[in-house]
Amino acid sequence: MKYIDEFRDGRLAQGIAAAIAREARPERQYAFMEFCGGHTHAISRYGVTDLLPPTLRMVHGPGCPVCVLPIGRIDMAIELALKHRAIVCSYGDCLRVPASDGLSLMKARSRGGDIRMVYSAADALKAAQDNPTRQVVFFAIGFETTTPPTAVVVKQAAALGLNNFSVLCCHVLTPPAMHHILATRQPSDIAIDGFIGPAHVSTVIGSRPYEVFATDYRKPVVIAGFEPLDVMQAIHMLLLQVNEGRAEIENEFTRAVTREGNVKAQALVAEVLELREEFEWRGLGVMKKSALALRREYAEFDAEMRFDLAYRVVPDNKACECGAILRGVKRPQDCSIFGSVCTPENPMGSCMVSSEGACAAHYTYGRYKE
Amino acid sequence: MTKIRDGYVRPLDLKNGRVDLTHGSGGRAMAQLIDDLFARHFDNEFLRQGNDGAVLPARPEGNAPGVPTFSGRLVMATDAHVVSPLFFPGGDIGCLSVHGTINDVAVMGARPLWLAASFILEEGFPLAELDRIVASMARASREAGVPVVTGDTKVVEAGKADGVFITTTGVGVLPEDLSLSGAGARPGDVVLLSGSIGDHGMAIMATRENLGFAAPIVSDTAALHDLIAVMLATAAEIRCLRDPTRGGLATTLNEIARQSGVGVVLDEAAIPVNPAVAAACEFLGLDPLYVANEGKLVAIVAAADADVVLAAMRAHPLGARAAKVGEVVADDHHFVQMSTSLGGRRIVDWLTGDQLPRIC
Repeated sequence: MKYIDEFRDGRLAQGIAAAIAREARPERQYAFMEFCGGHTHAISRYGVTDLLPPTLRMVHGPGCPVCVLPIGRIDMAIELALKHRAIVCSYGDCLRVPASDGLSLMKARSRGGDIRMVYSAADALKAAQDNPTRQVVFFAIGFETTTPPTAVVVKQAAALGLNNFSVLCCHVLTPPAMHHILATRQPSDIAIDGFIGPAHVSTVIGSRPYEVFATDYRKPVVIAGFEPLDVMQAIHMLLLQVNEGRAEIENEFTRAVTREGNVKAQALVAEVLELREEFEWRGLGVMKKSALALRREYAEFDAEMRFDLAYRVVPDNKACECGAILRGVKRPQDCSIFGSVCTPENPMGSCMVSSEGACAAHYTYGRYKE
Repeated sequence: MTKIRDGYVRPLDLKNGRVDLTHGSGGRAMAQLIDDLFARHFDNEFLRQGNDGAVLPARPEGNAPGVPTFSGRLVMATDAHVVSPLFFPGGDIGCLSVHGTINDVAVMGARPLWLAASFILEEGFPLAELDRIVASMARASREAGVPVVTGDTKVVEAGKADGVFITTTGVGVLPEDLSLSGAGARPGDVVLLSGSIGDHGMAIMATRENLGFAAPIVSDTAALHDLIAVMLATAAEIRCLRDPTRGGLATTLNEIARQSGVGVVLDEAAIPVNPAVAAACEFLGLDPLYVANEGKLVAIVAAADADVVLAAMRAHPLGARAAKVGEVVADDHHFVQMSTSLGGRRIVDWLTGDQLPRIC
């Protein structure tokens, strides 16, 4: 496939692997966090860690939209489908995430909930137009990548005067999560030497929002694409920075990311969405100004308002280590229920659900190494 | 079956007519649907008997000119087809229901002889579409030389089905000395694949999701019995044949690995994937290894015979892009693994539920 295979070329990979091996100093350990689930998936799917020296460890970050969604939020979507009999349109990833009472969106469907998988926010809007007598709710999740399309459909719904469409807005933001990870690190936790910055998120927000991590925390960030060679190139760039004592924001993904990002998309998001005072993340807890809600001007399209939904905190399963895994403090195989009680068929925690989740990626692609 | 006097009966309206509940009630309307639509397309000596079942020769050798003589054990397979959309680039539910069952019989090493077809029709389904579907089935069955010898029709109320469901059952004959089984793979064996993967599943998906590609993705639906006959004629040590339909190549190999108690190591770079399929998979966040095929087969072959079988496959139109894609290894975990084109290694695991697209 043109323009993709070039970023998966085995010969080039061997070249970068050799450069990484030369640069990694044998006397020390390195740990880099790939923030994004997209990177986690690429690393696992292409076996990138097989090409890295044993002194270099990749730590999985919390950048998996499904993984950081707390149970209480899924419960709200289920309530919309089962109690309010609304058509709930969701991205496919969300359907299997375990919720309260042994339910998930998928199981709610078999109990008669009209829950539909969509590929885009636009599909949800279309469902509202096609079903004028039903209430249709778009379960909007994801980081900054998926916020502009949500903003677009809300504007369109307003322009069309649709009174049967609303959004359950659960959009979260990348920089606050990175802050949280660095600010809450304990001396006993594995030290993170640098970050691979998100690919798609950065196309929207640009590289500027990461600059604070270099200045305030002295951590290098290299923004990288989601292809395996992108990841390897970024690892090499991080190694150079660490070895040279630099902490800078570098951009490996120049084919798509600029310092300013997509200004038009940012303006659209700012017009429709605003910062929530606080939002609970799975694993990372309640974080201030870390998520988005609909602005007051668009309140009629806010499902939380329209259906008078209340968020209820639901604790995770006690044995589940998703929280520590999402903070990069533990690895999937450190969890006592990984692969025994918790499997992709019967996930206990959210990291085992999405293919971008650290546990699912390790279970699906990497467990033969144990 | 009553022969209706044409003069008294309004002919079946194949242009604007629709299936209604009387078409399944056992009365004249049903007899007319069978005569004017099913029997017309499928016409053959067995169906013409017009009985509740078809009477078939116990030893079909030399039964018709051109049919090779053989004896052996019977192989029987059945397959229900519920595809949506009913029509897709490269085929429709009709030819698919013929190919699917012929392939299930053929991968056992058997020569498919006869098919039975059972239809569940939804009230309101356009007769014109049913006519197209049955015509396509009949064409596929004629081309394969495997007649539909008996059948059944039921009609359910509107909303209780999705247009039309077709179940086909196939019967074939397996020579006494041949035994293919998913439990037959041994370490050292070679994994052969007859061509590109993912075409059928992505053709369906692209139609369903309205993905407009400059060149549409075309389903690979095809009857594989002729290709299989050519492979078996090499007299090579073929341990197992499978058609990787639902769940794709990955699922088929996991099944074989578990049944045989072995591992498999695939070579990613050797697996043919059409560029449009790869692009569509990329776009929807799917892995072609798990996408359905309807005209491909996997063969586990003794290493010494692999080249002979591969050459025979490549000489056949349905195996032109056949390739050696992996090997069987000893592995107590029965893992299917893959050497990635990047130079790493990973598991190719069982699928969890359906493949769900990733969102970002």
